[in-house]
Amino acid sequence: MIPPEFDYVAPDSLDEALQALAGGGGDAKVLAGGHSLLPLMKLRLAAPGLLVDIRKVPGLRGVQREDGQWRIGAMTRHADLQGNADLGPVGQAAGLIADQQVRNRGTIGGSLAHGDPASDLPTVLLACEGSLTVASSSGTREVAAADLFQDYLTTAVGDGEIVTEVRVPAFDGWGSSYLKFTRRAEDWAMVAVCALVKKASDGSFEDVRIGLTNMGSTPLRAGAAEAALRGKGADAIAAAADQAAEGTDPPGDLNATPDYKRHLARVLTRRALEEAAA
Amino acid sequence: MSTTEAPAGNGHVGRALRRKEDPRLITGRGSYVEDIILPGTLWMAMVRSPEAHARIVSIDASAAKEREGVVAVLTNEDMADLLAPLPMAWVPPGAEVSTPEHWPLAKGKVCHVGDPVAVVIGEDRYGVVDAAEDVVVEYEPLPVVTDIERALDSDAPVIHEGIGSNKSHEHSVGGGDLEAAFADSDVVMERRIVNHRTSGAPIECRGVLAEDRAGKLTIWSTTQVPHFLRLFLAIMLGGSEERYRVIAPEVGGGFGTKLQIYAEEVIAAWAAKKLQRPIKWIETRSEHMMTSHHGRDQIAYVKVGAKRDGTLTAFHARILADMGAYHQLLTPLIPSLGGYVMTGVYKIPVVHTDVTGVFTNKFATDAIRGAGRPEATHMIEVALDQLADELGMDRLELRRKNFIAKEDFPYETPYGITYDSGDHHGTLDKLLEHFDEDAMRREAPAGKLRGIGYSTYTEICGLAPTRMFGPTGVGVQAGFWESAVVRVHITGGVTVFTGTSPHGQGHETAWGQIVADRLGCDPDAVTVLHGDTDQGPMGLDTYGSRSLAVGGTSAAIAAERLADKCKRIVAHQLEAPVEDIVLQDGKWIVRGSPDKGMTLGEVSMAAHVPTNLPEGMDPALEASSFWEPDNFVFPFGAHACVVDIDRETGKVEVVRYVAVDDCGNPINPLLIDGQVHGGVVHAIGQALFEQVVYDEAGQLVTGSFVDYALPTAAELPSFETDRTVTPSPSNHLGVKGIGEAGTIAASAAVTNAVIDALRPAGVTYMDMPLTPLRVWQAIQEGGAS
Repeated sequence: MIPPEFDYVAPDSLDEALQALAGGGGDAKVLAGGHSLLPLMKLRLAAPGLLVDIRKVPGLRGVQREDGQWRIGAMTRHADLQGNADLGPVGQAAGLIADQQVRNRGTIGGSLAHGDPASDLPTVLLACEGSLTVASSSGTREVAAADLFQDYLTTAVGDGEIVTEVRVPAFDGWGSSYLKFTRRAEDWAMVAVCALVKKASDGSFEDVRIGLTNMGSTPLRAGAAEAALRGKGADAIAAAADQAAEGTDPPGDLNATPDYKRHLARVLTRRALEEAAA
Repeated sequence: MSTTEAPAGNGHVGRALRRKEDPRLITGRGSYVEDIILPGTLWMAMVRSPEAHARIVSIDASAAKEREGVVAVLTNEDMADLLAPLPMAWVPPGAEVSTPEHWPLAKGKVCHVGDPVAVVIGEDRYGVVDAAEDVVVEYEPLPVVTDIERALDSDAPVIHEGIGSNKSHEHSVGGGDLEAAFADSDVVMERRIVNHRTSGAPIECRGVLAEDRAGKLTIWSTTQVPHFLRLFLAIMLGGSEERYRVIAPEVGGGFGTKLQIYAEEVIAAWAAKKLQRPIKWIETRSEHMMTSHHGRDQIAYVKVGAKRDGTLTAFHARILADMGAYHQLLTPLIPSLGGYVMTGVYKIPVVHTDVTGVFTNKFATDAIRGAGRPEATHMIEVALDQLADELGMDRLELRRKNFIAKEDFPYETPYGITYDSGDHHGTLDKLLEHFDEDAMRREAPAGKLRGIGYSTYTEICGLAPTRMFGPTGVGVQAGFWESAVVRVHITGGVTVFTGTSPHGQGHETAWGQIVADRLGCDPDAVTVLHGDTDQGPMGLDTYGSRSLAVGGTSAAIAAERLADKCKRIVAHQLEAPVEDIVLQDGKWIVRGSPDKGMTLGEVSMAAHVPTNLPEGMDPALEASSFWEPDNFVFPFGAHACVVDIDRETGKVEVVRYVAVDDCGNPINPLLIDGQVHGGVVHAIGQALFEQVVYDEAGQLVTGSFVDYALPTAAELPSFETDRTVTPSPSNHLGVKGIGEAGTIAASAAVTNAVIDALRPAGVTYMDMPLTPLRVWQAIQEGGAS
């Protein structure tokens, strides 16, 4: 497991990091927690000429609430998020990522910028309609989750850009659940479902969000199921969940056929909605 | 004679002492091959075939050779002076085995993905990996065959033209009139049982470091078999064995994968001689999945006959065994090794096993924990449950009815081997003391399918009596005795050299207990050395759960010889009759006078400063033993497994696992429990999680631990273990092996539990691996609502 040769810098400021990245061109990669990128390099599936390690860049780690939103620094480790009940599905999903060693190193910004459809946090960001703040030498911009995930391992974060912050709404009044189906606890999701529900005073679902992990080349929303449940009560969950896989075309792999994945999406959606509504 | 009465000195045997090995391993103070650094070392990287079957048209190493630091690029032609190809040393008795020539580097064609084509040797560990990518090999792809049944078709691509077909050998064991016995049966149950391919997957991958210095070649290798490796290096490279020294330092698990003579070991040794520099190679996990031998991979057509009342009448198994592309050290023997215990713990008058070995474009299979016996046990134990279902009979009642009774031991089976001792009713009764099946069924959680499975097993281990296993028996060209030297130092410390070569089993602890009891010292005063062919006597290494039964016995005998000498010295010094000298509380005393005695240190001082020894006695305190058993040992037991299955997703959870094993007299219960836990995990892994998968083009799909799903603690219950004790008459310690027993027993218990759970869903049979996908599919096809 020996990667090809590469250069490495670990700048002390965001500006220097952006400069280094710009200097490296398309051959440079940002190194955050390294738990997606380094395995790819060791398998020689990725061969960046320059790694720009942003661990020394100040101000990229931590969680704070501001204006009805949570602002999470891009370098915040999964371990810092896991089990944080205030963060709803973010805290739930973070605790289910791989194993504790990975969670101690892996970062939320890295996971989102990498955009693996089998990863957990991309689905959560999509379901809760969060966004990223992305910096480049020409300034910063906001990228909404819906615009972020473009294709398999392809996101709207461009060469020369660094994710600095993740924003998710405060989950006040929302119930949430992230259910992940794996063979082993440490595995990537075979399928996972993020469910968010907001109940009206009469107990019906005022709003419903459902995100699907590993059901396509990007994380997906189960739009048909959301629509089927919106405005209805808990007795409509089963019927809505039956529509969870509508419009999806998941690829088969060693552990799951497309049919099985669609089936799992329906089962997990029902269970996640029930849990979120409880 | 049983252990407990034999030593009567300190009573350390039988105690659950913690492993002496663990503090250094846990604190990172162990020294593995990877940790050993020699000045001037060159690194080696392998150029491996991406094709499963292809002719090599050309190899262009010019770009690689131009890279800075590259010292040599070697291909098969460069190593033309090797005296022999890689060895296959194990032939089922009477079988004619076709073994293709298998050189460390491919000659003319490649036969599996990962087949080494060239090696790059250079100054820098990273640089040689880059340079290996620069070696350009042109291949002319040939048709690939990966399915063993397809490989036997007359129009299948033939992998070894010289052999003419993909059949490597046929081997039959058993006896009696099969046709008549089946005709006379009321029920004949037939199943096709697939036992899929697995990896040994030790935590430490393989590695080798070779240095040639002043005419002596030293090899540090991650091997279970340093003595075998020394022999075969001498055969392949020339010169006599004593010019080679093999050291197996700390070895981080083997599970059979390191019971092998690998191409990389030979190439490193060869290159160290040619280049006169130390050569080092460390395997990556990707390489390990591809080119450290696999196990299992058999299809069995099983037929069991019975009377209506459940009396078993006949057994036949036709086994197709995937050899892979080449024969490695023991490849063709493995399925036959299971063949000898294929009917397990049951009395069946007519039995027959026919094995066919088949070549495919996959890496070789060979010994993986249990080696043939897990396949055999799985087959008979799953078949028994299937038969019970057809008979409408309780599965345990069917088993009890056919158990070989305690009074029948020693029991000669129709396969011609003699089970040493057993008490199958006893282990099953003990199991049921811990396990109330009705209660487990009542307590099933809502929404889950609960299943319960059993496995009552025996196995053959303690390799081995040479008359049965050597050239005149099974056909292995070796003796299978074991050795030990016990040396007491002047101040009373003890060094034991064993010819076995542990890699996680705990020999240092157990041998310490055995020797301490015999010499009257503390186990901590005993240092056990192993795995260095220049240090101890000739030995036959570690595999087949042989170490304790054969090597432990040998250590006991050497210690007993010394104990006799101690007695005579003490008798002489204390002026008492020899027969009155006994060991008590760690001291040699005159019987009845505990205040009059000598410690081991005092005895040793007297032996090393021989001013007052008995007439004619040699000085010093050292003895050796070379010992061979008359028979194998046959551990046995009864296991129960409870699973809950999520009916909607097909996911299986093992919620309870109870193992009652009988490995004869326990030397250290903690070591036994550890082995049982690990062994059971290994088999749960195969039953539910692990599978080596090749696609139709012969590409390895499970190339890492992402896809090769080793279970972790999170997937497993806490195990419950207990024992019965039925001493073995095969050795005077009364011990049997335990390293493989859990693996041999457990896959059937898990599989039977899963099938039991799925019966309400209309599923009556399933092959492993019982993955969520496959269970879900079976439920869909089962058609029950």
